This record gives sequence, structure tokens and C-alpha cells, in this order.
Amino acid sequence: MSLKINALTKSLWVFHAACSPCNNCDIEILDVLTPRFDAERFGIVLVGSVRHADVLLVTGVPNMKTKDTIKALHAQAPKPCLVVAVGGCACGRVMFRDSYNSPCDLDEIIPVDAYIPGCPPKPEAILAGVIKLINKVKGKE
Amino acid sequence: MIRNLFDFLVFPGFLTAIFVGLLTGGIDRVVTARIQWRKGPPLFQNFIDIIKLSAKEIIIPAGARFTFLLSPFFGLLAVSLAAAIIGRALINPLESFLGDVIVILYLLGIPAIALIIGASSSRNPLASVGASREMKLMLAYELPFIISLITVIVKSKGALHLGSIINYQVNNGANLYSFSGALAFICMLLCAHAKLGFVPFDVAEAEQEIMAGAMIEYSGLALALFKLTKAVLLYLLPLFLIGLFWFTNANLFVFIGKFLVIIVLFVLIKNTNPRLRIDQAIKFFWGPVTICALAGLGLAILGY
Ligand code: SF4
Repeated sequence: MSLKINALTKSLWVFHAACSPCNNCDIEILDVLTPRFDAERFGIVLVGSVRHADVLLVTGVPNMKTKDTIKALHAQAPKPCLVVAVGGCACGRVMFRDSYNSPCDLDEIIPVDAYIPGCPPKPEAILAGVIKLINKVKGKE
Repeated sequence: MIRNLFDFLVFPGFLTAIFVGLLTGGIDRVVTARIQWRKGPPLFQNFIDIIKLSAKEIIIPAGARFTFLLSPFFGLLAVSLAAAIIGRALINPLESFLGDVIVILYLLGIPAIALIIGASSSRNPLASVGASREMKLMLAYELPFIISLITVIVKSKGALHLGSIINYQVNNGANLYSFSGALAFICMLLCAHAKLGFVPFDVAEAEQEIMAGAMIEYSGLALALFKLTKAVLLYLLPLFLIGLFWFTNANLFVFIGKFLVIIVLFVLIKNTNPRLRIDQAIKFFWGPVTICALAGLGLAILGY
């Protein structure tokens, strides 16, 4: 069991699920993959297909359209699949809370394992969030 | 019987091939990272990936045919068998059987076919794009691959044993050190690169445009099997190239050195070229590469 968990935490394949963000969070996520921060040091790779994903990095506020999409996307990912909410929008909708097009929070649709606040969060904050996530997965079992 | 099973399953077949292949894949990833001025993953990252993938859920898309889960096994079995045959011939050239070069040629075609079958039975439109590209790419690279192989056979006086090709080189100098041999080697190296699906020719997978294309619906163990197939190919294609072109003596260290030189060539080609479109790839293989291979064949017939 612990071998599985160890292997999972050492090779997190990340699927980038943009759930109507303003794009700044996405740019910061891409920064984490650049040579300066180099997330591949920890075995983190960005994958193109949700079937290969271990982690869904969700950015942005769910709106009327994307709320169903993100739910379907989570159902399509092979379990165990972790979810990380990146940015203030995904964590708690901040200023879009009262918008006509913002039906609910992300964690009311799918279970969220780690929150990375910030608007947008710095690459350092995202890496710190991933480490929090890894610790959580290790502690759970 | 037991001996053959051991050859197939442990050494030089399945297990050795997987170990060396995954390790080579790790070297490739680290070197790629260094070229891009990064630190890169740990050397054993590919092993961790495989363990993780085999513990994950396997999702079968709605309406997929039974070949969806069958085809990864075909690919892996075929390349392991090829690895066993090539390894045996390299260890003891006298033991190889008549026509093993042709058997290997066919076995090397199977992983691509397995990928095509698996992708087209998944009912995903992007996967079918990937499958059609893989099919075109295969048609493109098989032609120069076979011509280069014929060049080698002509050079070693019509020998169809991998063993006698090796023996011929031990007695008369490596094929690589002649004009025709060098031309055929370059062509075959490029074809092997395309067989591995490395970057200038990764049209079938194309992460950025068709999201892993042919592999898009695979998850868990099935995906791990495809990754293992790639790893075994990464072990056996350099061995095949060395056996055909560059085998001069059985010194293990020299052999590992040659293996690494070929891997470095792969990594360099991979990191210095952007991806070709599928039509460009076909033009490349049927144009310059085939002409080179034919020139090599002509020189070999004339005796150069
Ligand atoms: S958290 Fe800020 S940067 Fe990120 S998507 Fe929302 S508004 Fe944009």
C-alpha cells in the first residue's frame, strides 16, 4: 500500500483544467514548468489527456457552462485522482461570489484536496501547495 | 524449453529489456533536462511512473471493443520476443536461426500496429487521428528501413542470420566503416527514431495538438504497458543497430559505450528538432532518406 502511495506522490501527472479563469493563474502554472522552477524535478509532468492525470489543477470560477464540464472531467479521470484549486477564484470565488453567472463554489461540485490562494498565486506558492498536497496524501494512509 | 523461457522472460528478454529500457529512458529525460538548463527528474523516475500507473484504475471508454485492452499486450510480447532473439544472437552468434533478421523486421512492426488497433477501438476522434498518423508514419519509415536492411544483407554476402552478419563483421570489419554501411546506418537510425516516436516524428502522440493522440483513452496498467513497449524498443533498437552495423568484438565495455553513443545520437536528434507535420515526415522518409538508402544499396552491390 505504501509503495503505491509513495509512487503516486513521486510522480504526479498534472492535468490543467481551466474552469473559466482570467488566464493569469494558468500563466503562473506554466511558470512552474519552466526551467527556473522545473517541476519535473519532483516527477511532475503536464499531461494532455485526463485519462493519464493524477491531479486536476483547477483554475477559475465555475460558471453555468463549466460547472457540468468540470464534474464530467473529474468523473473521466482514473482514481485515485486528486484535485487542487489554484487561485482565489477556485478557492472561494472571491469577488465573483455575487455574479449572476456563478452558481456555486468549486468544492461544492467536486471534492478538493488542496487550496492554493492568491490572485494569481506565485510559482513558489504553487510548489508549496503541491508539497502540502503530497503531505496530505501521505498522512491520510 | 526452460532455457528458451528463461531467454524470453529474464535475460536477454523481457525483464532485462524493461530494466535497461526504463533506465535508458531515465538517462534520456535527465540529459534532455540538462540541455534545457534544468535539473530534471531523478534517474529512476520512469520506474516510479510505471509502478504508479499499474496501481491506478483502468477506464474502458463506453463502446470500446475488446481489442482495446488486448493490443497493449500484443505490442509488449512482440518486442520482448524480438529483444530475446537479438540478445541471444549478440551473446552467441552461432545460435541464431535462419531468417531471424526477417522475423525481427516483422516483430518490430507489431508495436505500431498494436497502437493503431488499440487507438481505433477506443472510439475517440483524437485517437483515430493519432492512429491514422501512426499508420502513415509507419508506411513512410518501413521503406527505407527495409532497404537499409537489404544493404546489410548484401554486404554480408547474402547472410540472413543475424549471427552470420555479426560473424562477418568480426572477421571483415564493421559494416559502419564503409560508404554503403555508413549511409544505411544513418537511414536506419532515422527510421529507428521514428519507430520510437521521438520528437521530430512524434506526430502520432503530439501532446500539444491532439493530446497524446493514439494513447488518449488509455489509463492505468494499459498505459503502463505502452510505456513499457516504448522502453523495450529503446533497449532493442540500439542493440539491433549495433548488431547490424557496428559489432567488432564481444567486449562488454566497448559494447555499452556503443549503446550509449547511439542513445546520445537519439537524444541529440530529439532535442534539436521541432516536430514535423505528418506530410513533411512522409516527404522526408520517402524523399531524402529513401534516396540515401538506395544509394547505400547501390554502393553495397558495387562492393564499396
Ligand atoms: S484567482 Fe485571480 S488570477 Fe486567478 S483566475 Fe481568478 S482572478 Fe484570475
